[in-house]
Amino acid sequence: MRRRRAAFVVRAAILAALIAMLEVGCRTGAIDPLTVIPPSDMVASMVGQIGSGELDASIVSTFSTILIAFVLAVILGIATGATIHRFARLRDVADPLLASYYSVPTFIFYPLLVALLGLGKAPLVVLGILSAVPAVVISTLSGLDSVAPVLMKVARVHRLTAARTLWWIVLPAALPHLFTGFKLALSYALIGVIAGEFILSGSGLGYAISFAYQSFDNRTMYGAMLFVLLVAVIANGILYMWEGRLARRRSRG
Amino acid sequence: MSDLSLETAQAATATRRPARVLDVVVLIAVVLGLWHVIGTWTHGVAIAPPLQTLVYLAGLLHTEMFWSHAAATLEAFLLAFVLSALMGLALGLIFGVRRFAGEVAEPILAGFYTIPKVTLYPVVLLLFGLGMSAKVAFGVMHGLVPMTLFTLGAVRNLPPVLVRTARVLRLSPGRTMRWVLIPACLPDIVNGLRISFSLSLLGVLIGEMFSSQRGLGFLLVNGMAQNNVPLSTAIVTVIVAIAIAANTLMLRFVRRFARRADEMAG
Repeated sequence: MRRRRAAFVVRAAILAALIAMLEVGCRTGAIDPLTVIPPSDMVASMVGQIGSGELDASIVSTFSTILIAFVLAVILGIATGATIHRFARLRDVADPLLASYYSVPTFIFYPLLVALLGLGKAPLVVLGILSAVPAVVISTLSGLDSVAPVLMKVARVHRLTAARTLWWIVLPAALPHLFTGFKLALSYALIGVIAGEFILSGSGLGYAISFAYQSFDNRTMYGAMLFVLLVAVIANGILYMWEGRLARRRSRG
Repeated sequence: MSDLSLETAQAATATRRPARVLDVVVLIAVVLGLWHVIGTWTHGVAIAPPLQTLVYLAGLLHTEMFWSHAAATLEAFLLAFVLSALMGLALGLIFGVRRFAGEVAEPILAGFYTIPKVTLYPVVLLLFGLGMSAKVAFGVMHGLVPMTLFTLGAVRNLPPVLVRTARVLRLSPGRTMRWVLIPACLPDIVNGLRISFSLSLLGVLIGEMFSSQRGLGFLLVNGMAQNNVPLSTAIVTVIVAIAIAANTLMLRFVRRFARRADEMAG
């Protein structure tokens, strides 16, 4: 425990030192202000943009897209995973696809999706779903695999209905796996949607960053960038801690 | 490691057993069928049907234009992949052996792994300028971390007896690495290479798609901008085929090494 705290302190110190070095480097002119602006300016720009409401439309647009993509990916992923799990033959066929899915840069489908669905929310949602679904499918499969056969026998002995078996036996056993899948799905959806906005779109946070870059507005760009990265880090951190708590409670129970 | 758990789970599914030929044939037929349906149903406004794409691709392979763009992508990708692999291997071994340094570094790396790195691409462009080096740097940004984390995890989960044996035999650090650490971690290292391969490819392609005048990523975006649907479909097909082929090959290695490690342990 002491060791972990020591590691935490050292980590924080290293990060703080890096930020301080960047700040000093920028302030003294060792780093070209056209390349990187001082971290304090980034924070000021971020706070300014949020306070003035400039980013409001982008924030709403980006996060609603991510949310839609995430929810649809979870529904589709669980349905697909459960179906594949039910039919072993189907699983054999789907296995090579699942094994190689993430080796394909899904992102390259984005231009095709834009051509198919037009520039707007739809291709971004589909891109988010494409990035997130396999995580849910794989975690559903491993969650269902991890239900001990003896538990299913217990369910049969007690003559539980299918719905009750699902609620009392399958779900509690599969939940930790599912949760990992949801966590990954959310971060993949986030990456997919923001990348899509960044490359080719007319709204959202990714677009705001690339627009500021193209108009040489470094201050706005770094502020928006910092905001996106902070949101991503905080969201992942919360899910990570939540997952740890679930795992601990499980090992206790 | 929890942020990599999907890839490890995926590797576990994949190592379950090699795919049967029939299953793969069925899968390919289903994918081609879907592709054909979407292509013809939308009258080819976005995706050219498979047959038309293949015919176009065959013609494209005879043009010099295609090969010069492919060479640009290949060069950037190979540089990015080799740099990611070597640096990731070295960092992973160091962080694995030096436990405290590993504990300090791992959450930073894992955090970096999950952020949307695309947003950082303008910074890379400002630092490296437009061109090859920015693409390579962006590829390394994607590929380095998974390689490091996989190697680190492998070294950390090594049976302590191996390290102790190396110490008893008074092997030098270099020899410990060559004869003990690397062979024992080989399946995980190859798995790391596999993930690193696809992510550095992704990094390079995104770099080319955003602002570049060369490479397959540029050709893809350009094909779309000029409404040249067969061109963009053909480029996507080429990239997907290469990615899947490389991944399958490396999975085979992983399986073989994992089997050998099992035999040795048994």
